[in-house]
Amino acid sequence: MSAFWRVVWIVARKDLAIEARSRELINTTVFFALSCVIIFAVSFVRERALGDAAAGILWVVIAFSGTLALGRTFERERYADTLRALLLAPSARPAIYVGKLIGILGLLFTTEIIVVPLVALLFQARLFAYPVLMSALLIFGTIGFSCVGTLFAAMLARARSRDVLLPILLYPVTIPVMIASVRGTGALLDAAPQLDMARLWIMLLVSFDVVFLTLSLWTFEPVMTE
Amino acid sequence: MTFDFHDLSIRELSRNYGRRRALSRVSLDCRAGEIVGLLGPNGAGKSTLLAIVSTLAAASSGEVLYGGHTAKHIGAVLRSRIGVLSHDLHLYSELSARENLVFFARLYGVIDSDARASEALRHALLFDRGTDLVSGFSRGMRQRLALERALLHKPRLLLLDEPFTGLDDASTIGLIDRLKSLRAAGCMVLLATHDLDTAEEVLDRAVVLRDGRLVGTEADVRGLRKRYQDRLHAAVTAP
Amino acid sequence: MRKAFPLLLGAAGLIFLTAPVVIARAPFESTMGLVQKIFYFHMPPAMLMLLSAFFCGVMSAIYLVKRRAQYDWIAHAAAELTVVFGAIAMVTGPLWARKAWGVWWVWDPRLTMSLLMWMIFVSYLLLRRYGGYGSETLAAGLAVFGMATSPFVYISVNIWRTIHPLTTVVPTLPVDFAVPLWYAFAGFLLLYISLLTLRVRLEEQRAAVDLLYLESEE
Repeated sequence: MSAFWRVVWIVARKDLAIEARSRELINTTVFFALSCVIIFAVSFVRERALGDAAAGILWVVIAFSGTLALGRTFERERYADTLRALLLAPSARPAIYVGKLIGILGLLFTTEIIVVPLVALLFQARLFAYPVLMSALLIFGTIGFSCVGTLFAAMLARARSRDVLLPILLYPVTIPVMIASVRGTGALLDAAPQLDMARLWIMLLVSFDVVFLTLSLWTFEPVMTE
Repeated sequence: MTFDFHDLSIRELSRNYGRRRALSRVSLDCRAGEIVGLLGPNGAGKSTLLAIVSTLAAASSGEVLYGGHTAKHIGAVLRSRIGVLSHDLHLYSELSARENLVFFARLYGVIDSDARASEALRHALLFDRGTDLVSGFSRGMRQRLALERALLHKPRLLLLDEPFTGLDDASTIGLIDRLKSLRAAGCMVLLATHDLDTAEEVLDRAVVLRDGRLVGTEADVRGLRKRYQDRLHAAVTAP
Repeated sequence: MRKAFPLLLGAAGLIFLTAPVVIARAPFESTMGLVQKIFYFHMPPAMLMLLSAFFCGVMSAIYLVKRRAQYDWIAHAAAELTVVFGAIAMVTGPLWARKAWGVWWVWDPRLTMSLLMWMIFVSYLLLRRYGGYGSETLAAGLAVFGMATSPFVYISVNIWRTIHPLTTVVPTLPVDFAVPLWYAFAGFLLLYISLLTLRVRLEEQRAAVDLLYLESEE
């Protein structure tokens, strides 16, 4: 068991080392997210506060930035086909999946730290009114999106047309995450905040995460074997 | 948990990709201390065969036995005895040579990864370039580094896919010498190539693949180029 | 299966020929009248689409484990039929809904789940077509995930809709409607099975031709 986590840590640390050197992914992902927010701000803001729409906009930005980040993370492994070298390691192959997932989560959480305040500001949405619940939504929603996304991005790493196929495959499958995250955030932003609804959505996200993390761990090896 | 094997047995191996038959009932045996060549034109199935033997790809039918056991039976620890060098080289260009080696050493379960990385750099004649990023290396330098990367965990079976492509004469001779010393140390080498002159220098024996099938074996590799060309010529001009 | 195929197709054809009579004889529904009868062409394909999606998911999972080409052929054929039958359901559905309830579409749990399943299997076909080498394995993985996500889609839309309940409600069927419905369902089911058999047979023949071609070179 500890061999599994050792490999996870080695893979995650390698990604961190490469990222720390160039900071390419974090810079471009954050800036892309900012551009998205600005486009939405320009397209949607009216005189009165938008309230609920801020929830949708926030999660659409996370989904779009996440898709780009996923594609670029595996693009790195495609360059000299290092993904194959990772798969040749004498450890359980799902450990590589988990290592990559941790890298993606780090990237997305960092992006969210910047995007959430910006959305709150531009759309006058009280996203910080209930920080614990909001954080739980962000954490479990991002995990849900990322665990399926990491698997699909790994799967598509060597496929043709992978850039467009990733969102085509990923978005329908992660619709429950979007529904739960947006509705949960919306429940917090409501004029009469519905904390119990938000908790219910968080529970749905947690069960989605558990199911799909398990499914990804099971299917990673068969799907990555050519 | 350690595992080792001294013979490789490929039996009636087939692989289809949708409608395309990449491999068709190929059988081959290898022993430790041998360098066996896989010859054949592009698309013959050499890379597919190596992918299946390295456990990266699954077979549609047939099996590969490592010391009499299948990969499924042995488990992930089998990969601690297999080293792969493909034409893609598997090196992170954003990391330095030493960082690459240390990463892979740790990943492959090598205990003294720093010491082993230094030793590998020496073998690759890159000891003084250890802290330079791989992105600045020439093809020959990357090849040497990639070979040492494949050997970090002292594998029993070494699988090489077109290792001589793009190498200058000095590097080629260096690679040949390295392979010969590995053979002497008991390594089993399966080498796919279409560079017949070099093949003659280093192979013990060879098999020829075409369209996924085994069409010939060469127990004696001397005069290989001439015989191979004759055979291809005959195939093309036959009625 | 080869011998059964003409029989299946014949039976399906017979049912479709006689269906209009059976449907015409079925009682008129009180509020919707004649329009309701499109239901017999809507519900069987809709049910078959979901069953076919599930079937594709199961075949894909087996293919991932066993890697035998036959499972892949069946999964691919099932995915194609999911998209076709889904398209039928999604054209007939809004037509009926518009006339019966005045809206083209609602985001209720069942409809949303069906739409998502249809989209997932369209993306399955896109992946197989444009994904290049090895896309059989990838598509099999997608089908398994698609199957796994459908209950979550249903549940999440369900929770969403309990806060904003729908104004339209699909009626439960009295017994008189059941006979023509199951008749129509039997017709569509036989059509599904014959199309599936035909499609899988096409792949079998293609593989046989390739084998002959290779052997002729020896």
